[in-house]
Amino acid sequence: MRTAIELAVFVGMAATIVCPPAHAGPVEDAAVANAIDGLAASSDETIEESIRKLSALDDPRAIPALDALCDDRLRIGADGHPYIWDSKTRDVRHPVSGAVVSPAPRPLKEVEVGNEIRRVALPVLARLQLGSPAAAVRLAAAEELSKSGSADAAALLHRAKAREKDGGVREALALAIARADLTGTDPAKRVAALEVIGRSGNDGFLSELQRLTAKNADGTPVEPDARVAAAATRAMESVKSHQRLVGFGGSLLHGLSLASVLLFVALGLAITFGLLGVINMAHGEMLMLGAYATYTVQTVLHGHRFYLLAAIPIAFLATGAIGAALERGVIRHLYGRPLETLLATWGISLGLIQTVRLMFGAQNVAVANPDWLAGGLEITHGLVLPWSRIAVVGFVILVAAGVWFILQKTRFGLQVRAVTQNRGMAACLGIRTKRVDALMFGLGSGIAGLGGVALSQLGNVGPELGQNYIIDAFMVVVVGGVGRLTGAVAAALGLGIINKLIEPAAGAVTGKIVVLVVIILFIQRRPQGLFALRGRVEA
Amino acid sequence: MSRLKEIHGPRAWVVVGVVGLSLALLPFFGLPAHLVPLFGKFLCFGIAALAMDLVWGYGGILSLGHGLFFALGGYGMGMYLMRSIEGEGVYRSALPDFMVFLDWKQLPWYWHGFEHFGFAVAMAVLVPGVLALVFGWFAFRSRIRGVYFSIVTQALTYAATLLFFQNAAGFGGNNGLTDFKRILGWPLHDPGTRAALYVASAIALVATYILCRYVVTSRLGRVLTAVRDAELKTRFCGYESTHYKLFVWTLSAMLCGLAGALYVPQVGIINPSEMQPANSIEMAIWVAVGGRGSLVGAVIGAWIVAGGKSWLTNTIPSAWLYVLGGLFVVVTLFLPRGLVGLIPKLRLALAAVLRRRAGPAV
Repeated sequence: MRTAIELAVFVGMAATIVCPPAHAGPVEDAAVANAIDGLAASSDETIEESIRKLSALDDPRAIPALDALCDDRLRIGADGHPYIWDSKTRDVRHPVSGAVVSPAPRPLKEVEVGNEIRRVALPVLARLQLGSPAAAVRLAAAEELSKSGSADAAALLHRAKAREKDGGVREALALAIARADLTGTDPAKRVAALEVIGRSGNDGFLSELQRLTAKNADGTPVEPDARVAAAATRAMESVKSHQRLVGFGGSLLHGLSLASVLLFVALGLAITFGLLGVINMAHGEMLMLGAYATYTVQTVLHGHRFYLLAAIPIAFLATGAIGAALERGVIRHLYGRPLETLLATWGISLGLIQTVRLMFGAQNVAVANPDWLAGGLEITHGLVLPWSRIAVVGFVILVAAGVWFILQKTRFGLQVRAVTQNRGMAACLGIRTKRVDALMFGLGSGIAGLGGVALSQLGNVGPELGQNYIIDAFMVVVVGGVGRLTGAVAAALGLGIINKLIEPAAGAVTGKIVVLVVIILFIQRRPQGLFALRGRVEA
Repeated sequence: MSRLKEIHGPRAWVVVGVVGLSLALLPFFGLPAHLVPLFGKFLCFGIAALAMDLVWGYGGILSLGHGLFFALGGYGMGMYLMRSIEGEGVYRSALPDFMVFLDWKQLPWYWHGFEHFGFAVAMAVLVPGVLALVFGWFAFRSRIRGVYFSIVTQALTYAATLLFFQNAAGFGGNNGLTDFKRILGWPLHDPGTRAALYVASAIALVATYILCRYVVTSRLGRVLTAVRDAELKTRFCGYESTHYKLFVWTLSAMLCGLAGALYVPQVGIINPSEMQPANSIEMAIWVAVGGRGSLVGAVIGAWIVAGGKSWLTNTIPSAWLYVLGGLFVVVTLFLPRGLVGLIPKLRLALAAVLRRRAGPAV
């Protein structure tokens, strides 16, 4: 919020410097300069008087000075004139032109601003900003004015709304007007205001609405006008249902992105566990290694805009190679002994975690979102879909389609399916089964590595990253049915979304426990999973 | 009497007696006082290893949830130890300190009764037992086997860990239960009390060993081994494999709870990190290193791994995880029968060497 305001102020400053208002004549120039000079006075009365003067002049060039005043950045120079202190560059700037004053007229004295002055200055500032050419500044101003909600602000806002062209700012202005109207006395206007509020679904009005619909101790409503009270009740219901919708949408989105990460892990597992019958406890570490590969690429490329695109093949190849080496070195000797495989791969995961810890440190490392993934898509008030999450969902769909294509449409996929169904027969037909095993393992690990790239865009990257997902991922594979990609997709979606939908109501832990219990009961009914297929493991 | 002979031959009984007695009397013959709690801890691990070997070595069920049973037993004892210092905590309240800190006004219902030592010990054994019984009944009934069972137990452990980490669960959250002062009126930091706890652990270990030995040499034990090796065939012979598995699984969980209950007063703290999935897997490696299907091997494996951990985390902390990880790989690849499995091989090799030596003389 703070940065948003700063940005708005900066934009406002830049705009006022670049294009001074056309009507500004020399007389007004002097008046503005005089009034701004008055801000450096020592008495509160003079400052308030100057603010009123600026308000009457209605000149956007006063915005930086007023903003600095409210923000404790206004200083009085040795020459008695006001200056703006720029805390970032540590420069002293001229209050109107914004130019750096050098040498600074030291010693600088802070202008003492009490709440009384702020209360006078903030609406004036907001009003001036309403006239600013930058939409972001006008938006911030409309929100600020709507908070103060005085009746005389309403006329101002009406005027601003009439000449406003930007849709977002118009809506903010409409809300600001509604708030101002609500405090007025005209019942028709108040009802109309409540309707606007109800339509917007803005939760900033909840306390106001609660006050309007409340009842006194003797049971009579606080609000004497029945029509207004009824409208308030309607508006409150509408705001609350909007909030529920936003909450639901948010959970759904979080569930979807959890599901896509789970799917990355589960796709790999469905190959190694499902098709090869190997429990790979180090699979979660492939996720972690993929995330660290992303971090390394980011460091090597000095955070180039498109480092993420370069990280995708590198993470895939690196984790795939490690996975294939793992299969050749250790797992190959343990086929047919799943419990031992579980223990050996757990040991390997410990080694991988410790290696990463020694190389990169035990603390989380920072992987930045590139600028083309920053921000998000605003669906409705309060519900923003971050681009990074949308990208992750899209990426996993792409990868799942790719895996399906490899397994169903390529020669290698055909060999994989043949080996899965009957290893001996496949070998007799000339398929090099051992090579297929290693490649499959590499593929499964590589997909987990891609999951690591995706995960690095969603959260923290640390050595224990993989441990958080491996148990859930195994649940996905068990529920989905061993060896079925469709099962993995369905189960990942189901578990991810159920998890996040239960979470707001029951808390994260209870949600996990509920899901676990559901899984155990589910396995009672269908031990073979959602989509059963006979692979090399006799399930 | 003949049953005793089936459990062990006369010579082995003597060995068990001598080893058990010397273990129990170690604190009175030269074991430095500061090492007594550490060795007591190892004895508790030995009990847990026996429990683990019973299900895995003899039943073929690899549990990744024994850390949970161990910690549950520990929490049972910890709750008694917290209740026994009523009014002596930092806040001088009748409630444990962490509850005062959370601004709770009264004891949650499940904390009642833990002021009695007997009740607490019973709960430390029964709660893991009941949990294992219910969970096992569902799991075994639906024929969840092998790695599937391992994964589901791990998920159970994970969920329980998350639950215990929560302050609202009423078990002290992150910090767990600590700042114990007395057990049955004796101060915990007193060397005498420590020695007594050590001796109690040693007795429990020997008793557990004999009990496990009794189980595995019984008819039930033989059916269990048959289930491990060929479950379908055993079922077709008319044995309900589910019942056998459920019995040994529940018994094992209870023994693990006992080990946890003895462990907590000696280390002075119990917190949720004790039940993390990693700890359960470490228990599996104790048994794997020592030798599955050998009760003595399991205990020795626990001591070697736990001892190595204590020593290495003090001297070269960063190396421990590599050693542990390496142990997992080496043991599964090269020592499927564990260290105990090496003995017959060594004996054969020795015999071959001796024969060759003796050869020319003949």
